[in-house]
Amino acid sequence: MNLNAPLTIALSKGRIFDQTLPLLAHAGIEPLDDPETSRKLILETTNPKVNFVIIRASDVPTYVQYGAADLGVAGKDVLLEHGGEGLYEPLDLGIARCRLMVAGLPHRVEPTSRRLRIATKYVRSAERYFASKGQQVEIIKLYGSMELAPLVGLSDLIVDLVESGNTLKANGLVPLEHIADISSRLVVNKASWKMKHEAVSALLDCLREAVGQA
Amino acid sequence: MNEERWLLPAGIEEVLPPQARVIESLRRELLDLYASWGYEMVIPPFIDYLDSLLTGTGQDLDLQTFKLTDQLSGKLLGVRADMTPQVARMDAHHLRRETATRLCYLGTVLHTMPDGFGGSRSPLQIGAEIYGHSGIESDTEILRLTLLTLQTAGIGECYLDLGHVGIYRGLARQARLDAAQEHALFGALQRKALPEIEALIDGFGITGAPADMLRALAELNGADALKQADTLLRGADAQVREALDYLHALADELGRWLPEHSFHYDLAELRGYRYKTGVVFAAFVPDWGLEIARGGRYDDIGQVFGRARPAVGFSTDLKGLLRHCSGLEERYHSSTAVYAPWSADPSLREAVEQLRTAGRRVINALPGLDQDPGQLGCQQALVERDGRWELENID
Repeated sequence: MNLNAPLTIALSKGRIFDQTLPLLAHAGIEPLDDPETSRKLILETTNPKVNFVIIRASDVPTYVQYGAADLGVAGKDVLLEHGGEGLYEPLDLGIARCRLMVAGLPHRVEPTSRRLRIATKYVRSAERYFASKGQQVEIIKLYGSMELAPLVGLSDLIVDLVESGNTLKANGLVPLEHIADISSRLVVNKASWKMKHEAVSALLDCLREAVGQA
Repeated sequence: MNEERWLLPAGIEEVLPPQARVIESLRRELLDLYASWGYEMVIPPFIDYLDSLLTGTGQDLDLQTFKLTDQLSGKLLGVRADMTPQVARMDAHHLRRETATRLCYLGTVLHTMPDGFGGSRSPLQIGAEIYGHSGIESDTEILRLTLLTLQTAGIGECYLDLGHVGIYRGLARQARLDAAQEHALFGALQRKALPEIEALIDGFGITGAPADMLRALAELNGADALKQADTLLRGADAQVREALDYLHALADELGRWLPEHSFHYDLAELRGYRYKTGVVFAAFVPDWGLEIARGGRYDDIGQVFGRARPAVGFSTDLKGLLRHCSGLEERYHSSTAVYAPWSADPSLREAVEQLRTAGRRVINALPGLDQDPGQLGCQQALVERDGRWELENID
């Protein structure tokens, strides 16, 4: 793919990176270094006009919103938390699929004298979900290992991403309610979309084709 | 705690020399420019009743507005987050002219949240508005003035993106969307979230041409957006056709006035959708991910103040513009200064006054300080020779 403007693409290590690579390869873009072994945060690619920046998944919307990267790949979970303002998200890449769910212990007793306590990393999504059910809850923001919270009495329920359900099962929890289907989206900076329109739409078309074939 | 008294609140900045002089010089040049186009300056109050601030264009500004209680009236006051509603009130309620009114304004506004990254919460908003004329001519004038403002600020290359809120509004009506549906689809459109747009349209149960046209809208952008729209929105009703024709006419007019400039169209871009009524636009510069100036038409803005008049305008943040300027420090550099000894000698005073009248900077020595005139920016000094004060170069 011949681009008329340089593009920076923000990616996070791990599942999203691994599953985005085949799609980008369809557009002739492959990294020259492996982020798992390289300590570089900016990776050059086989297309001299395209660089990857390797950042935390939750930072992708920020980088793209402010134009530090032209494009990025972010999970819908991260976008729901970020709010998605100031970003374009034109393509569902259909990768890193999972579900945002409410989970808890199978035989638990609903508290009667106090509000339900929910431990989660996804504060906005959890708040919105319970509000839409007309339920006032207390949200406890955690950064990881949510499954532990109900076991040690920190919370009644958790809101977390569920892929296979194995982590829940291993900790004696069960999935209870489905909040949203999650997959990764291509996000684009607004100014890049306009000022690098040809390059961005050429890449978008290529990725759309790759997603269609996948 | 005491050691951190120098600390400023997040997003609140002080402007030091020489930056302050650059801002002030640019401010004067821009206000002179607007005056030469017939724009009269107004100074709206820094603080106002919240009710007035949040009407019309202000509806989206609730979260952005700092609020406090007025001890005199018990009412809520707001610190202006945008001066446009206040200027609209001046036109609608106080000026009440029958003819077109051109107003410009400049002042600090306060935002509860920073606009962008490392963004300020106290932008220096500058803008201009035309009231009382509806049509491509006043749109063109405002767009010319926007570009001239950016050019005066030393911004070389910029990208202008235009849209028209009447297109989505018309398509939503044609598809019989209710207010909640229109709002949900609007949110997805602003994010060009095609999968969501698809899901929403399906969920609303819209089919046929209205559905296809709403789907097409998200991708109507780029160099040939207007041409594509002619084909893709063929089946749209009169309101949409009118908006499209309007954009075509505006594009032709802009081509006549600004042939060297290229304009771009994005029909899904609906900044300020709730109060804008016609053309909307924003300016971008390379290597900056956020818009640097914005504007559009909001014909009903004066209604809440007693009189709806056509209105079109633009605004930008003077402090924000400086990030993208080049050559301003050279343009506004101050002349070298003259060092004068401290003395009440009338002939020295006369010499100093003459120099100052001629536009030179003269700095008086303050006795007791061991000062190097060079550090004060002085390259010359007044020296007494045979009872006369003469300029002498400092080595």
